[in-house]
Amino acid sequence: MRNPIAKKITQVQPSGIRKFFDIASEMDDVISLGVGEPDFDTPWRIREEGIFSLERGRTFYTSNAGLQELRDEICRYLERKIHVSYDPKKETMVTVGGSEAIDVAMRCMLDPGDEVLIPQPCYVSYVPCAIMADGVPVVVELKNENEFKLTVDDMEKKVTERTKILVMPFPNNPTGSIMTREDLEPVAEFVKEHDLYVISDEIYSELSYKGEHVSIASLPGMRERTIVINGFSKGFAMTGWRLGYCCGPEEILKQMIKLHQFAIMCAPTNSQYAAVEGLRSCDEDVEEMRRAYNQRRRFLMHEFARMGLACFEPYGAFYVFPSIEEFQMSSDEFATRLLKEERVAVVPGSAFGECGEGFLRISYAYSLEDLKAALGRLEHFIQRLRNEREG
Amino acid sequence: MERNSRIDLKELAVLLGLEEAIVANEIAEMEKEKVICGYHTLIDWDKTGTEKVTALIEVRVTPQRNQGFDRIAERIYNYPEVHAVYLISGGYDLLVTLEGKTLKEVSRFVSEKLAPIDSVISTATYFILKKYKDFGTIMVPKTESERMVVTP
Repeated sequence: MRNPIAKKITQVQPSGIRKFFDIASEMDDVISLGVGEPDFDTPWRIREEGIFSLERGRTFYTSNAGLQELRDEICRYLERKIHVSYDPKKETMVTVGGSEAIDVAMRCMLDPGDEVLIPQPCYVSYVPCAIMADGVPVVVELKNENEFKLTVDDMEKKVTERTKILVMPFPNNPTGSIMTREDLEPVAEFVKEHDLYVISDEIYSELSYKGEHVSIASLPGMRERTIVINGFSKGFAMTGWRLGYCCGPEEILKQMIKLHQFAIMCAPTNSQYAAVEGLRSCDEDVEEMRRAYNQRRRFLMHEFARMGLACFEPYGAFYVFPSIEEFQMSSDEFATRLLKEERVAVVPGSAFGECGEGFLRISYAYSLEDLKAALGRLEHFIQRLRNEREG
Repeated sequence: MERNSRIDLKELAVLLGLEEAIVANEIAEMEKEKVICGYHTLIDWDKTGTEKVTALIEVRVTPQRNQGFDRIAERIYNYPEVHAVYLISGGYDLLVTLEGKTLKEVSRFVSEKLAPIDSVISTATYFILKKYKDFGTIMVPKTESERMVVTP
């Protein structure tokens, strides 16, 4: 028989997170700090609207690009939040989560051999999506000493004639790092100078704790070079509804809508109706969640300082990324032992790219009570490691 | 603090990103100015052996010259068994919440104390059968989270 598997897919490495999920879900009494989704329920008025849309029998397809009502609200929202205007008819598409938009954008923009600059550590899907789109992922390693921000220096050695796309994953999963306007300006100049396009994954934009989130699309000359990707999963606590969106120049969006039409048809209809309500009337709910995350973030930073665990202060998403360099073991080994010995699940930094080695991703999408209990165990573990080393 | 009055001062300062002394001063100031009026405990009495009934009483009254509703409200809120007295817009004037040990005790209060007050025109009493949510806290058990343990 012939080999049923395409060569391309075998190049894609399985996610390093899977292993931890398998071990942790077999164990009792595990406190997890390993989750990449909000602990809040979707605000009730959004859920209620979703239920109502089912009651009303809104169970049909929507137009491929999404409900016009929702696209209008998305454009109003982006105008308000990142101060960039998009045409809700021609420059906006509703997708199945931000993840679909990442995949579709790459497939619509890459020719075989085109290179994609991917800053790491980052979310796990950019590299596989680039490979499946026949692109060549080129990893740009971010550095702890820069608080994992992207600098022109980092990119300079990686850019070539074939580079076409830069992925901008900020606020960042797993580091919590953000890019301010000052940080973005030189990056935007670099992008224009090398005639690149940007896929800006801003799914955590609502969770910024130091001033307003700034989109690279809002910088001069960048709107026409940027696909902005966002969604409802993180800010609106709607992960399971699978709803995201993307906005960008008509020329690109037109092709993306075409691909989306053939692959997906349209995003789930009742999620779309629910999201309209989210954009219209949930500012306060979002703000309240943001405030709660920020308090937990401060709490974690304070506790890490007390334990003497090195960690830069992150101002975005709901992750902190402490260094475990002092323990001289791989982050995989550290996380495995922490799970087995203290029953705390965290994700090793190496799951997000090689340069995440030596770090842990700790999520604070948990109640303060859970965080306190987990940190108690973590501290106990760290003490034991330090004693072992001295003894 | 509105949700957890027993929060440790040190912890509160960390969560707010402020100095402990500043937070302590601010709280002392708010207590002095009666912005913070008290610290109560939310108890689910159904879970204890204690018999308790809570009633909501709508009261229609004739306001008194020069004093409006204040004088009559005072006559009602001074009873220790009265939990709350609100001036209400709409079909009646005062909403009184009352706690008693038994139905009988509550009805005795209404018929012997409340209704006979000169300016009270009428009362309507409603007994609470079950508290689902009180002071922003859901009293019925919540289902456990079904989130997966590790996700990207």
